[in-house]
Amino acid sequence: MKMLRTAMQALWSGDRQADRVVPPSGFTAQLTLFAAATMAFLAVFALALSLASGRLADIWGQQLARTATIRVVAPVDQRAAQTSAALRILETTKGVASARALTDAEQQALLAPWFGADLAIDALPVPRLIEIVEDSDGMDVDGLRLRLAAEVPGAVLDNHSRWREPLVKAASRLRLLGWVSTVLIVASLAAMVTLAAHAALSANAQVIAVLRLVGATDGYIAQAFIRRFTLRALAGAAGGTAVGMLAILLLPTSTDTGAFLTGLGFQGWHWLVPLIVPFLSGGVAFAATGAAARRTLKGLA
Amino acid sequence: MIEFENVAYSYGGGELLSDVSVKLAPGSFHFLTGPSGSGKTTLMKLCYGALLPTAGHVSLFGNDVRNMDRDEIAMVRRRVGVVHQDCQFLNHLPLVDNIGLPLTVSGRHAETGGEDLSELLSWVGLTNRKDALPPELSGGERQRAALARAVIMSPDVVLADEPTGNVDWEMSQRLLRLLVELNKMGKTVLIATHDLGLIRATKAQVQARVLRIANRRIQLAGADL
Repeated sequence: MKMLRTAMQALWSGDRQADRVVPPSGFTAQLTLFAAATMAFLAVFALALSLASGRLADIWGQQLARTATIRVVAPVDQRAAQTSAALRILETTKGVASARALTDAEQQALLAPWFGADLAIDALPVPRLIEIVEDSDGMDVDGLRLRLAAEVPGAVLDNHSRWREPLVKAASRLRLLGWVSTVLIVASLAAMVTLAAHAALSANAQVIAVLRLVGATDGYIAQAFIRRFTLRALAGAAGGTAVGMLAILLLPTSTDTGAFLTGLGFQGWHWLVPLIVPFLSGGVAFAATGAAARRTLKGLA
Repeated sequence: MIEFENVAYSYGGGELLSDVSVKLAPGSFHFLTGPSGSGKTTLMKLCYGALLPTAGHVSLFGNDVRNMDRDEIAMVRRRVGVVHQDCQFLNHLPLVDNIGLPLTVSGRHAETGGEDLSELLSWVGLTNRKDALPPELSGGERQRAALARAVIMSPDVVLADEPTGNVDWEMSQRLLRLLVELNKMGKTVLIATHDLGLIRATKAQVQARVLRIANRRIQLAGADL
């Protein structure tokens, strides 16, 4: 606890003299910087994946959960009558906030990507679509289905759950995987910093012996290493995060017809989330170096 | 100040020191002699908590070393200046920073650093070598620098382990004069050496007790010294 407090104070205030007692180690310093930068870069992508998956899961879960569609599949001369019958049933169905039949123009627009804009919709046996919006209590889907079967034989109710649930589940899993990846990346950074700190402490055994000889406390010796590794991890991670955010920024933007990949990125306040990566890396390096230093110093006279 | 009571120290299954009782009183001057491997360096290390006794009690400034935590032992080392035969410097720092290292680690560099360092460098005759790196120094210069580092905190006790082992006679006399001077300033001095000429030369200048390690035990040396 005492060592932790000393290290925190030293990290904050800095001590030029103390910084000099441990010899500079160019190669390991560059490796730590590189590892921290790489891990931060990967962490930014994992976060982007996780947050984008979360958004998709929310969109699919919330926007589609309260809607349903009725397809009226009937001969052309009966289609209007069956559509009206279905709408009348919906007017008296509890839990239905609104229901309306799509116009010819709207149905034509829906089919345009496949059949072109000049499609003569009247000449084709295209089912009439009824869009249903549920209220907050929701409707009794099974009850409605039974009524429709009895009164509108050509009506097929689809409440989207058949394809919505697997998608929401997949997006939720993807979000979980994103967070697990982030945690693993941070753990890998901790492992790398611990190894580098152990290497530095071992390489500087003679320096530590001299410092102990002249009355340096374990806290003082540890802080020289902790400060060095924490600042390296912080600097490396800041660079990696900046590059990662720039790369996300340069991804193609989401459009109305865009798919999942074009929506992979940050939106709104989510852009602030990756900014914690450098501080998290610094904190991990601080803790990992401190633990390595405490273990090593306890073994010395 | 530093007191051993029936101290034993074993290493690797063998006993190096046995039933050692000795007291270093304030302002006293002691030599510790004995053949190579007799345990002189071990006894020195017991004096500043680098080793713990396997039996008996070592009291450092009134506290049993076994009851001290690592920070307390570090504080003891600020009151005990140590000169090793191999000096032990930080080779990447210039001499002036090495000598000032005890001030740096104790956070006193800013308050006392410059003036004390200049005086000390002048006292040990290394003013013109202050920017040299340790590997660039001769054996005598390293020993004088180690002595300067040992006394910069104005310690109560100065321990010197074979301080003249790597230097010529003239340099050893110079180092001896510095140690005698420290003793006259009230510091307790303990020098481990097998250089009988050095002991005889010192006894002409200051009242010194000679402790000899023989058969793992401390004996007070006789008139032959």
